Order: sequence, then structure tokens, then C-alpha cells
Amino acid sequence: MRLHNISLNNLRRRKGRAAFLVIGLLIGVTTAVTLITLTRVMEADMGKKMDELGANIVIVPKSHNLALNFGGMQVSGIALDVKPLHTADLDKIRGIKNKENLSIVSPKLFAVLPLQGTDVFLAGVNFAEELRLKKWWRLASPAATANMTSHQNGGTMMAHADRASGKAAFDLKDSLRSNDLLAGAEAARLLQLKEGAVVNIKGEKFTLRAILEETGSQDDALLFADLLAVQKVSGRKGELSLIEVAAFCSTCPISDMVQQLGDALPGTKATAIKQAVEARMETVRHFRRFSLGISGVVLFIGSLIVFTTMMGSVNERTKEIGIFRAIGFRKKHIVQIILLEAFLIGLAAGLLGYALGIGFAWLTLPYFLTSPGMGVAFNYGMVAMATGLSIFLSLAASTYPALRAAQMDPTEALRAI
Amino acid sequence: MSLIEFKKVSKYYQSGDEQVAALKQIDLDVNAGDFLAVMGPSGSGKSTLLNIFGGLSNPSEGELLVDDISIYKLGGEKRADFRSSYIGFVFQSFHLIPYLTIMENVMLPLAIKRGRNGFQKKLAQEVLVRVGLAAKGHRLPSQLSGGEQERVAIARALVNNPPIILADEPTGNLDSTTGKEVMRLLTELNVEGRTIVMVTHNPENASFARRLIKVKDGRIDC
Repeated sequence: MRLHNISLNNLRRRKGRAAFLVIGLLIGVTTAVTLITLTRVMEADMGKKMDELGANIVIVPKSHNLALNFGGMQVSGIALDVKPLHTADLDKIRGIKNKENLSIVSPKLFAVLPLQGTDVFLAGVNFAEELRLKKWWRLASPAATANMTSHQNGGTMMAHADRASGKAAFDLKDSLRSNDLLAGAEAARLLQLKEGAVVNIKGEKFTLRAILEETGSQDDALLFADLLAVQKVSGRKGELSLIEVAAFCSTCPISDMVQQLGDALPGTKATAIKQAVEARMETVRHFRRFSLGISGVVLFIGSLIVFTTMMGSVNERTKEIGIFRAIGFRKKHIVQIILLEAFLIGLAAGLLGYALGIGFAWLTLPYFLTSPGMGVAFNYGMVAMATGLSIFLSLAASTYPALRAAQMDPTEALRAI
Repeated sequence: MSLIEFKKVSKYYQSGDEQVAALKQIDLDVNAGDFLAVMGPSGSGKSTLLNIFGGLSNPSEGELLVDDISIYKLGGEKRADFRSSYIGFVFQSFHLIPYLTIMENVMLPLAIKRGRNGFQKKLAQEVLVRVGLAAKGHRLPSQLSGGEQERVAIARALVNNPPIILADEPTGNLDSTTGKEVMRLLTELNVEGRTIVMVTHNPENASFARRLIKVKDGRIDC
């Protein structure tokens, strides 16, 4: 017979009271685990989405001159005598230490080339990467497209326009070919280009596959073509003007990645678009604070339930405590018995709370997520945290009742009999 | 030789603005091996006397020596150790722990002692045999009769082998036949050498004792 036998038997044979105590804490732990798990997965989901929402690092050749402005970033102009980026640099980027944090690497070559007697600004891009990077690009409205196509190739193009218009340009990523063009709204208007139009640029024929809706950015004035095709027609084989990178910055310091890119590509300048990074991180931080706040409130309420129930239990057990003291138990023995019960209650609530919390998170996750393939995973760290927190709260809430029980005058306790 | 010695022991309680004397200048010697019955009407101070005997309640004045130890000069925790080593309590309402089995109830005083579980069980089984409940160790208190519960309470008081048994109305909740059985058991324990101090209302129970004192208005009246 040891003191823990008393605690265990009390919990075992007073199941109702033990269950009430466990449930009080369990609700708090379950809520915390559910919210924290959901938050973590949603953070990752949101981080992924935000990281894909435009570049957060731009790599340009080193230049001391202001040549061209692209989206707020300085770009070395074609006329300047600087060492340009090269297609081979893309492999170096994909070889940096934090390569797993690279989401999109989108190379670009800008060239000014004649088209229909006018110089146009042509951007050579990797369509697949560029469309992932510019998920906000949408195809021009049906009316505008229909109007444009009616002048061009008749019914066939009309049908094509109806199918494509209003959709995200991203949907075209698998169907664009090397001789296809995308036109910014302003460029299409100035050049009076219609969807399906075939244009000749330096002897190469390109087909305008789609016109983009206005974005209010420099993209409106550009024509977009396949990178290799632009390199070919501009006579700048393998050259790049800049590389835009979208990195998963929520899991690594962006400054580290900038450093790694700088080291991998000497003679270039990698710049983090700090505002974008900070905005992403701040959003994630807000979300985390919110869920921690809610968890904290629920856990506090759970602790109060344990505290009041333990206080009630001490009052109920006045007689027992009197007997324990009369037969020679020290105050520390009384504290040990009550705190051991609290420990076991905390342990049970922690483990059950984790299991239930993960279960609830798993059930509710589909309602919160937008990306497929993300799920709830068993996490030893979270088990330890949930159990540790539950035990700590249970012990903290039971300390005062335990000390009060230990201070009880045995004659008063026995008089209550 | 005196095992227990009360020296001018008084106990006062505060009742509002008034101080009430529960015990007044008690001088009392109890020898080793005595069977002392303490009688008196309700409110006479006999329960207060028993609490002071058991090291549970500090006297307002005076000194109590047990085995030449001035027990109220000991700190609270040392006094708990004293109770564990010297005193076995038998309460009127049995005061068994309802969620522990009979065996566990009897082993309760051993929970704070060193000793293997097997050894503790052996001791508990011996005293259960002694009180005639060897076959009921696995039961809960609620599954026993009043007389059986009282015998469990006696077994619990004996398991530590204390030299002094303090019994507060040990037959108060029992019928007369069962009460007599319990009194015979206490007498046997006394014959074996234990010192017994018993508080009772019942003159028939008092007749089992070797010595009788009466408490009236906080004083020994005999």
C-alpha cells in the first residue's frame, strides 16, 4: 500500500467525479489541440497560397545604372553593358541549400522588337511558371473578346473566346505552345490585336492565344511569348533579364535565401521584396495569435472547472482527510494524494484531448482548406505539449485545494463527521 | 509506571466574546497496560480529552507526556509521526475510507511507512484474522455490517502495533450483541498488553475497563 494506491482507487471507484474532472480539462485541451492543429495546417496552406501569390525575391544582373523599372524593381536594360543572367543560372538557383523552399522560379527576357511597324515590349517567359506566379491574371471579358474575335476568324474563334473568357489565365498553362502569345490589355488595344491573330516578329509567326484583363501593372503593356522563342528572335540565346522567385518564406528566413542566391550567382543582385514577405508573415502571425487566444480562454475555463471541482472535492473529503491526519499522515502526504490525482486527471485529459482534438481537426479541416493534399499528421511534439499543458494546468488548479486540505485541523475535520 | 501523564491540562474555546473552558486543570496518569474508561454526559469535555490524548488538539495550558515525550512541544509534522507510531484510533462511526477495500483500509497506516507491499499485506492479514475478518479483505466497507466495520476500524488501529488504542464510543453505532463482541475484543487486546483509553456513555461498556474516570464540567470527577 502506497499513497498512489489511495489516489488511484479514489479515481477508480469514484468514476463520476473523476470523469467530470477529466471532462472539464478535456474540453480545454481538445479545443486547444483542434485550434492549434487547424491553425498549423491552415498556416501552411495560407503560406503556400501566399508564397505562390507573386514573387518575393527578384534576381537581376548587378548594375550601377537605373535602366528600367519593372514592378518597382530595377532591371538592367538591354542597352547597358552588364553581364546578363543566363539560362544555366536557373540550375544554380535550384541547387541552393534551401531549395525545398523554392516554389516558383520564373525567368524572363525583355526585348524591344518591331511589330506591325511599331516597337513592342516583348517578354519571354516560361508560361507554366509565369502563370503559376501570376494567378490573378484573368482572360479578357466575353464581350470584349467576342467583339475582337468577330473581326478575325469567324465562328471558330468566337467559340474559343466563349470558352476561354473570364477564366483564370492559369487554366491555359498546359495548352500554350512555343509560338503562342499572351497580350496585356493595353498592348492589345494599342496594337489592335485580336484573339487568334497571327503576327510576324522578325520572321517568326506567333498566334495571339489570349488577351489579359487589365491588371493596373506593367503587365498591361507587354506581350508575353515563350522564353526560348524570344531568345531566338531577339538573337540573345540563353540570356535572361531577370528571374522572379516565389519562396515558401513562412518556413525559412527569407534573408538566408537571398544570401544563398547571392552566393550561388555572383555578379547578380538578389533582392527580397520585404513588404510582401512581411505582409505574409504578419497575416500568419495574426492568425496564430487569434487561435492561441481562443485556446487560452478555453483552457482557462477548463482550469477553473478543475479548481472548483477540486475545492468541492476537498470539502467533501474533509472526513477522509481528518482520518488520514489522525492516523499519522503528514501534511505533505495529503498534498501528495491530491496532486497525484490531479496529475492522473491531467494525464488522462491530455492524452484523450489530443486524440479528440486531432479527430476534430481531421473532421473539420476540409471546411477550412483550399489546397488539396494537406492533412492532419500525428505529432509527438503536440502530444507532449497537450499532455504537459494539461498536467500543468491540473496541478496548478489543484495546488491551492491540496494545500488547504493539508492545513485542515484534524479535530475540526473529525468533528465534521 | 505512567505511560501517559496529563499535567494541569486545560482547554478553552472561544465562543463569540466568551471563553468556554472544556477542560480545567486536568491531572491524570495512565499506566502502560491500563484499560481506562472515560465517562461523562454530553459536553462534559471527554471528547476534548480524547483529542488531547491523541495528539490532535493543542491544550491551552499544561503539558501532556507520553512515554516521557512532551508531545505538544513537538512540531505538527513530528506529532503526526508520533500518532503514527504510538496511537491507534477507533472511531464511533468507523470512519473507513469508502473507496478502499477492507484490506486497503487496514493497510492505510502502513502507506506512509517503509516496507514492501507483501510484508504490509501479511501484517494486515494477521490483524484481520485477529478480528475475525480474514475472508472479507477484498470487500468494500459498504458490503459489511456495522459490527464488521467496527472490527475493521480496530484492525486498522492495530496494524501499526501501537502501544495505545484510543476508542471513541466504539459501540455507539452497534446493537448490544455486536457491541459486546467489540468490547470483548478490546479487552483481549488489553490483556495482551495494550493500553486502552475508551470514551463511552455506556456503563455496561465501562464495566469492561479496569479503571473508570468521570468527566464533568471539564474536570475529573471520581
